[in-house]
Amino acid sequence: MTERLVIETKGLKKTFPAKGRGGKEVEAVKGIDLAVKKGEIFGFLGPNGAGKSTTQKMLSTLLSPTGGEAKVLGYDLATQEEQIRQNIGCVSQAGGADLASTGTENLILQARLYGLDASTAKKSVDEFAERFQMRSFITRPAQTYSGGQKRRLDIALGMIHNPQLLLLDEPTTGLDPQSRTYLWGEIRKLKESGITILLTTQYMDEADKLCDRIAIIDNGKIVTTGTTQELKSSVGGDTIVFSFSSEEAAYSAKELVAKMLRTATIKAQDNSIHITVSDGERMMPDLLRSLDAQNLQAQTVTLSRPSLDDVFLKYTGRLLREDQIK
Amino acid sequence: MTPKLLTDIKLMFLRNMHNTLRSPIFVFASMFQPLMYLLLFMPLLKGLGAVPGYSSGISPNVFIPGLLVLQALFGTAFVGFSLIDDIRTGVIERFLVSPVRRSAILLGRVFRDAVILLVQCVLITLVATPFGLTLNVFGFLLSLVLYALIGITMASISYSFALIYKIEDPLAPTLNTITLPLSLLSGIILPLTFAPIWLQDLSKVNPFSYAVNATRDLFAGTLQSNVVLKGFAVIGVLSIIVFAWSLRSLEKMAA
Repeated sequence: MTERLVIETKGLKKTFPAKGRGGKEVEAVKGIDLAVKKGEIFGFLGPNGAGKSTTQKMLSTLLSPTGGEAKVLGYDLATQEEQIRQNIGCVSQAGGADLASTGTENLILQARLYGLDASTAKKSVDEFAERFQMRSFITRPAQTYSGGQKRRLDIALGMIHNPQLLLLDEPTTGLDPQSRTYLWGEIRKLKESGITILLTTQYMDEADKLCDRIAIIDNGKIVTTGTTQELKSSVGGDTIVFSFSSEEAAYSAKELVAKMLRTATIKAQDNSIHITVSDGERMMPDLLRSLDAQNLQAQTVTLSRPSLDDVFLKYTGRLLREDQIK
Repeated sequence: MTPKLLTDIKLMFLRNMHNTLRSPIFVFASMFQPLMYLLLFMPLLKGLGAVPGYSSGISPNVFIPGLLVLQALFGTAFVGFSLIDDIRTGVIERFLVSPVRRSAILLGRVFRDAVILLVQCVLITLVATPFGLTLNVFGFLLSLVLYALIGITMASISYSFALIYKIEDPLAPTLNTITLPLSLLSGIILPLTFAPIWLQDLSKVNPFSYAVNATRDLFAGTLQSNVVLKGFAVIGVLSIIVFAWSLRSLEKMAA
């Protein structure tokens, strides 16, 4: 059985017309191919201005593409906007809650706009108040909410009509660490309900913690796609560092490990050895046992794995942070 | 009209009305200007006596219909600010990606603005009655329709600029630049019969001067006049054109 694709794009493009005299047209998205599978959290990772939000706005029917084609939930983006709007949920960066209204008022209106009748809408809002733990504040105007509460309302607004696909645009930007962690948990829970999520983020840790697969987007183009594991492995192996009580011990250890792992790169430095292997996590117990058997007791052991930062650096030649500082 | 469109308009209207009534003080606050004219300016007119075109002087029956046009112009001219708020907080974007009909997003607003305006017009008229206003009730009801159309026209202009600018700063100067000449050139405060020929000619291209003339006839009970017909035709067509413009501005925002 082939997996059903929830989003499929070919050469999706968006060029904004030149503004004013002497202005240049802006190629925000320069031809993007995407294949998002049912039930996954697909991450769009890239710096500000990379084209993540523009792509998401095209997929949500807010912006019309200037080239390429796309299918969302099997509907053609060019001709079936209405069906797409009815069946997807969108949470924009700004959120979109009416701040003067209460959470309940916001949610009921949203449910009605998606075609639910008054009594069904009320029931759904009750369910959502429970599910998103909003009972304590849902009857207050949204302008009194904390950042985390507001975000929960925003996401509930995107989910109230039980969409099959949720587009989340930078859900945790501007949140305090505690609210971020809480929201990550909520997003994982959403996934368990079977919904597909397309999430844009400029945070490595967020992409790493939440996404099944990631596309790194830079300068309007996807530079690489894969699971976080695949992307990290593409950068290179894990690094294991053993430290010993003496240089001699480190040297003996190096000899031993070299015999055990013929493909690994091993460097001895002062009292420690650095081993680069593809599968560090699994190798470590074996190495420890063998070292012990030769009476070479390691004093400390560390395992470091390549991060998505390394991935971003490899594919774009820049650090994500550098770009943000600009 | 499909039932879906009607439901959408109803939902949007109620949402906007609810937001307005959350602070009802503003409904009354924007009546301050016409009430000041009524109390502090209208008495001056009595002293003028006969003026060209108005042999028995400018009575409340001549002044009040124009004053209500003034309210229709200025009372709705600044509704665009609330839309900018909704753009900034992402509310409009949320509506645009929902199945709601886009025309309903704006119709729900302009209908709210028209209803608020009509309440204000009735209140101002009631306050004016002790000052010697005698009106033809049926004519008054018809003129309410015309005020509503003026309100929809000004609100649509205001929303169009709000959608184009998306920020507050240039909105107020733009709207003032439009409303001030429109009100001066429609003979609201003083009849244009005072004016030199060139000014009178200029007022003929101002659609709102037709509305002022029409409602003066209506208040006086002259229901079937060419002036009334012209007033309705001019403002009717204008309201449709500017509403279409605001809808286009909304569509363009999402393009």
